Amino acid sequence: MSSSHSHLRKMKENILLGLCVVALIITMVPLFSILISIFVNGGNVIDLAFLTELPKAVGETGGGIANAIQGTLILVALASFIALPVGMIAGIYLSEYKSSRLAWVIRFFSDVLTEFPSIVIGIFAYTVIVLYIRSFAAFAGAVALAIIMIPIVTRTTEEAVRLVPNGLREAGIALGVTRWKTIVRIVVPAGRSGIVTGVMLSVARAAGETAPLLLTAFNSFYGFSGLLKPIASMSMYIFIFSISPFPDWRAKAWGAALILMLMILALSVVVRSVTHGRYPARV
Amino acid sequence: MQTFHRKRVEMKNLSAQPHFSLKATERSLMTRITADKIFKIFTAAMASSILLILVAMVFELYNQSKLSIDAFGFSFLWGTVWDPAITQVFGALPLIYGTIVTSLLALLFGVPLSLGTAIVLSELSPQRLKSPVSFIVELLAAIPSVIFGLWGIFTLAPFLRDNVYPALQAALGFLPIFQGPIYGLGVLTGGIVLAIMIIPTVSAVSRDVLAAVPDSQREAALALGATKWEATMTVMSYGRSGIIGSIILGLGRAVGETMAITMVIGNRFDTFTSLFEPGYTMAALIANEFTEATTDLYLSAIIEVGLILFLVAMAINVLARFIVWRSLRMVRGAVLE
Repeated sequence: MSSSHSHLRKMKENILLGLCVVALIITMVPLFSILISIFVNGGNVIDLAFLTELPKAVGETGGGIANAIQGTLILVALASFIALPVGMIAGIYLSEYKSSRLAWVIRFFSDVLTEFPSIVIGIFAYTVIVLYIRSFAAFAGAVALAIIMIPIVTRTTEEAVRLVPNGLREAGIALGVTRWKTIVRIVVPAGRSGIVTGVMLSVARAAGETAPLLLTAFNSFYGFSGLLKPIASMSMYIFIFSISPFPDWRAKAWGAALILMLMILALSVVVRSVTHGRYPARV
Repeated sequence: MQTFHRKRVEMKNLSAQPHFSLKATERSLMTRITADKIFKIFTAAMASSILLILVAMVFELYNQSKLSIDAFGFSFLWGTVWDPAITQVFGALPLIYGTIVTSLLALLFGVPLSLGTAIVLSELSPQRLKSPVSFIVELLAAIPSVIFGLWGIFTLAPFLRDNVYPALQAALGFLPIFQGPIYGLGVLTGGIVLAIMIIPTVSAVSRDVLAAVPDSQREAALALGATKWEATMTVMSYGRSGIIGSIILGLGRAVGETMAITMVIGNRFDTFTSLFEPGYTMAALIANEFTEATTDLYLSAIIEVGLILFLVAMAINVLARFIVWRSLRMVRGAVLE
């Protein structure tokens, strides 16, 4: 009786733990399906012309994503220019003055903002910039991306700087260096690999964002024409071309997806190898 | 290194000075303290910009949707008409309904898979497999939303339409939610894509919660003769508030997800019955119609949808963060005791 009961429990254990392993395997299926789809459908679209030409009108053969690549680089660079100083300094504050009540509140809302719907951030950038200058603008897109990047940079900088051993801070103070100089000259440089990680994570996130750009930078079929003019981007290119009714355009969407995915995968793998898995692929 | 060296030299000089003025050190001490204070205030101000952004966002969204709020009041929440063309009447109920249904579908499919994954990663997997497998699962989160949408339209939806949905309809077609024509793109497909997208969040956070549960819990359960599964359940119940928090975080992500859902849900403003029908969510409507808004009232109504989305996402995320933070602290606190 008791042995059959324990037999039953053993069976239940095997079945349920087996189901957990099955869950893990099912979880991995979409990732591989997505990667395979991108490589299969996008692989034969890509050639030198695809990377170096501007998009062409419907019906014309050829045309590429040169302007989208340029646009994404400009948007992300500009967003980084805004977000990195703010995020890093905020992260330093959270790490070096961690016990203050303000630090607690900021840390909390920074986490909240990281998970925030990016389309809402897009509406915000639209109302404060696009409505004023009465045009979709690269600058507005960069601001929206910067708002998405700031909390990521803040939290990863905080983590990185916090990991610097206290001995370094004490050594600085003991040598008679002021606290702020200790932080800027000794503590922050010691945590720089972690900070760089945060930068790359935030860049990877910003490069893939679409929803906020839809309302701010919108799209363009030409190259960069000024910060106050609409600008193309990889993600908007994928969106517009994939929902179009033309098979040729859809194929090109896959090609652009492959390029974007390679950029993001490269960043993720570098982050991974630099930090030995201390950080997730996305914050 | 060079810096340290120079400091040492300076100090040597200092002690060699014959007339060491007390007044001078006092003054330099004062400037040092002020410099530190300025630094603290400066960094605090930069950090506060995060709060400022959130406050400014609420303010702007409220301001810009005022036209619509004044015109429709609370009836905006249960109105079922969205007519920008003629009558200019706007109500968001079908959007709220669509958002709730797709998010619940995402939890229904996503949570069991995430928890199973978290259990494997925290309790079962050999140590050297943990890190690479976690990386693969989290890589899913690095894929941009628009690529999920692309895959959803051209790979997932045709597959479900041809292979899964007909079988589902044959087996469960007596239920109203599985009736009607099958398009491929629709509410159910949207829910499935969202489920895939929340898995990395839910599984990573609940894995952290499980990993933070002290080993004494597992050992006690095993020592009492529990099977590995029963011990795992003990661990789960120890960390349950954190796991609930991770699920709410996943809900937050599902509610706010925009591009992928816009591309696969079908974008029809309607209170659907069948999950095979096209639907709409708040985020999808904003993405679709924002740039086409022709009148001030229309734009204002869309921004009001954004305001509702903001408030819902805020509430969900604040709640989830509170629960996760508290439970991680509680669990980790127990480790220290």
